[in-house]
Amino acid sequence: MSHKRDVMIYSRYERFWHWSQAFLIFTLFFTGLAIHGTHHLVPFGLAVKIHTNAALALIALWVFTTFWNFTTGQWRQYLFKKGVFKVIRFYAWGILFGEPHPYKKSLQRKQNALQSLAYMTFMTLIGPALWSTGIAYLLYNSWSHYAWSTTGLWIVALLHTAAAFAMGAFVVIHVYMTTTGKTPLHYVRTMITGYDSIELSEVEEAYIEETKSAEMR
Amino acid sequence: MFPRALWRVVAFLVVHSAIAASAGTADHSKFDVLKGPFTTAEDVTEACSTCHTEAAGEVKKTIHWTWDGTNSFTGQRLGKPRIMNSFCGSPISNEPRCTSCHAGYGWTDLRKTPEENGATVDCLACHDGSGTYKKTATDAGHPLYSPRVIGGVTVEPPDLAKAAMSVGPSQRENCGACHFNGGGGDGVKHGDLDSSLTDPPRDLDVHMAVDGANMTCSTCHTFNAHIPSGSRYMTTAVDPHGLDLPHDDKNRATCESCHGAAPHAEAKINDHTDRVACQSCHIPEFARGGVATKTLWDWSTAGRKDADGKPVYIKDEHGHLIYSAEKGDFAYGENVRPTYLWYNGTIEQTAITDKLDDKIKDDVLTLNRISGGPADGKSRIWPFKEMKGKQPYDPELNTLVVNHVFGKDDSAFWTNFDYPKAIAFGMNYAGLPWSGKIGFIETRMYWPITHMVAPKEKAVPCSDCHTRDVDGRLAGLGGFYMPGRDGSRLLDALGYLALFGALFGVVIHGALRIVLRGGHRP
Ligand code: HEM
Repeated sequence: MSHKRDVMIYSRYERFWHWSQAFLIFTLFFTGLAIHGTHHLVPFGLAVKIHTNAALALIALWVFTTFWNFTTGQWRQYLFKKGVFKVIRFYAWGILFGEPHPYKKSLQRKQNALQSLAYMTFMTLIGPALWSTGIAYLLYNSWSHYAWSTTGLWIVALLHTAAAFAMGAFVVIHVYMTTTGKTPLHYVRTMITGYDSIELSEVEEAYIEETKSAEMR
Repeated sequence: MFPRALWRVVAFLVVHSAIAASAGTADHSKFDVLKGPFTTAEDVTEACSTCHTEAAGEVKKTIHWTWDGTNSFTGQRLGKPRIMNSFCGSPISNEPRCTSCHAGYGWTDLRKTPEENGATVDCLACHDGSGTYKKTATDAGHPLYSPRVIGGVTVEPPDLAKAAMSVGPSQRENCGACHFNGGGGDGVKHGDLDSSLTDPPRDLDVHMAVDGANMTCSTCHTFNAHIPSGSRYMTTAVDPHGLDLPHDDKNRATCESCHGAAPHAEAKINDHTDRVACQSCHIPEFARGGVATKTLWDWSTAGRKDADGKPVYIKDEHGHLIYSAEKGDFAYGENVRPTYLWYNGTIEQTAITDKLDDKIKDDVLTLNRISGGPADGKSRIWPFKEMKGKQPYDPELNTLVVNHVFGKDDSAFWTNFDYPKAIAFGMNYAGLPWSGKIGFIETRMYWPITHMVAPKEKAVPCSDCHTRDVDGRLAGLGGFYMPGRDGSRLLDALGYLALFGALFGVVIHGALRIVLRGGHRP
């Protein structure tokens, strides 16, 4: 016999990290586009100031979270999982007709195969592309004396802009995906409260109750 | 590296020691030798020299006296007798008028050196403290010695004894008497130098305002043995030497001399100082003091007379002369946004003897060619006043010409309005070849802007340059990437496509979910 129980699947740190990262990325995208000249809702000088500080905060957050991911072993959540195509098929097709999700959330597997792949891309491609070019951009003056710096700045700025657009597109899809839960706000609520209802076997349930290895209500 | 607070203290001490020095320890009104009476201004110089035995000798080594200098960057020999500008042309053959701003008396023939010409040093021009001494406009540097009717008004000569007893360090008025009036009148030439700087409000000049730093010209333009520092001919476009104390390079005329190379609290702003001259942000406009500067001078239209044969003069609604039979058409500007160019301090000027061929592009002659670029490592973006002109030249020999404008003879243009006669006289006087042909060529000249520094709150905002606007201050400067202005159209197109594609995709997907599922939830 298995039960659905409300278990805390996103710890306080994970939630803090997620929402502060979300806030910083929105801020960076918004001010980045102001710097880029797309809009004039913030004057250039202020946009640079906010962008620089938010970028430094985000880098600090990422460094800390990477550390957290490794020390807690949570990094395993992001590893490649089988069944990506099933999940893709579900979102492209099945979901439209009310098919059940091919993947079941468990304590050990918080993410489905597509999620893991997407977050992995985020962490290993888009993120690094942004921070590496961003830092090079920020420190322009320390390499501006080289003969190649004129071309260099152009390349750095264009790569940074390209990565920013990729990030923007990622965020759009990511935000939409949060509406695909039981109710449109289900996933968002989970990320706020940390609790999700998860099917537990009797053994699991007894184990958690006994050891308090996760909070459960 | 000095901490910022220390810089401030040093700057304060430098400025205030300079001001304190003006008090001095000698009261010149107590010296008998200065009590006069003096019949000529030269007698005053003689009196000064009884104590300041070496001063006149020092002055004779300076450009204020020789009007002769060699640009050590280009090797070009410079000075008013050789170099052409877009205002009056050449002072040669117009001496007693043009040498009224010579730091001496009696230089009546520019083909000779002032010494060969028997000229003597003028101490009062720079050191009069009475405000009464004035070199009259047409007497080769002399003041008036008897009353004279000038422009319908009787002008009294200055009291030389009073002037002699008043001497002290140079005041703004002393420098301004010549430097505010370059090009023939107040503010005409430079755009950042005019009589409004005699007593400027803080918004106009944060350094010279009484409620600002209350500095004079020579606080920055320090003099060493009467040799001035700071030069338009050879500009210090970047001062890597930075703060002057405690390692003084005796050139305090750069901003860096007092402010150092990283004067801003914000690192990103300091990051600009290697590529952008201080002046570019801190002098948002020139001619801000209510005195208009000339922006165009077209000599080709000069000489018009009305039906009665009288020379024509027309003024605009502000009282500015916009047409003069003597000089042609004029245009003026106030609060003018500068033109920005990469500049490494090297300017090539045009001499009267220069062939113009390679200096003309698209029928426009650039009289002074500004060197620099984003990649040479020595340039910064500097502000300039762009002066437009149209000037007489010799279309056959391809040189500019000496226009004899001033004098009581039958050739001077300002009295006879006859170009062939005036130019024949001028070229003959100068001993230069002339084909006998006269054409008019459009010219441009670039005057570096460095005065009229505004308070920091009035500095140019970032977005004046970091903008895609075609009207951005640096819209015309290519060859480097600037955030906010530059980018790739292709990348932007792809980027927006990805962004709006994603948005469009999720909207469609969401709509399908709602429509097709009809409310079933697993
Ligand atoms: C993570 C660390 C990041 C750093 C260190 C960083 C740094 C920078 C810097 C230094 C600039 C140039 C601004 C200037 O002129 O000073 C810039 C521009 C920009 N940033 Fe970032 N940034 C980061 C993250 C992001 C993110 C996450 C986004 C968007 C989601 C973003 C979007 C942009 C955009 C669009 C520009 C304008 C590029 C241009 O037009 O040249 N940045 N960034």
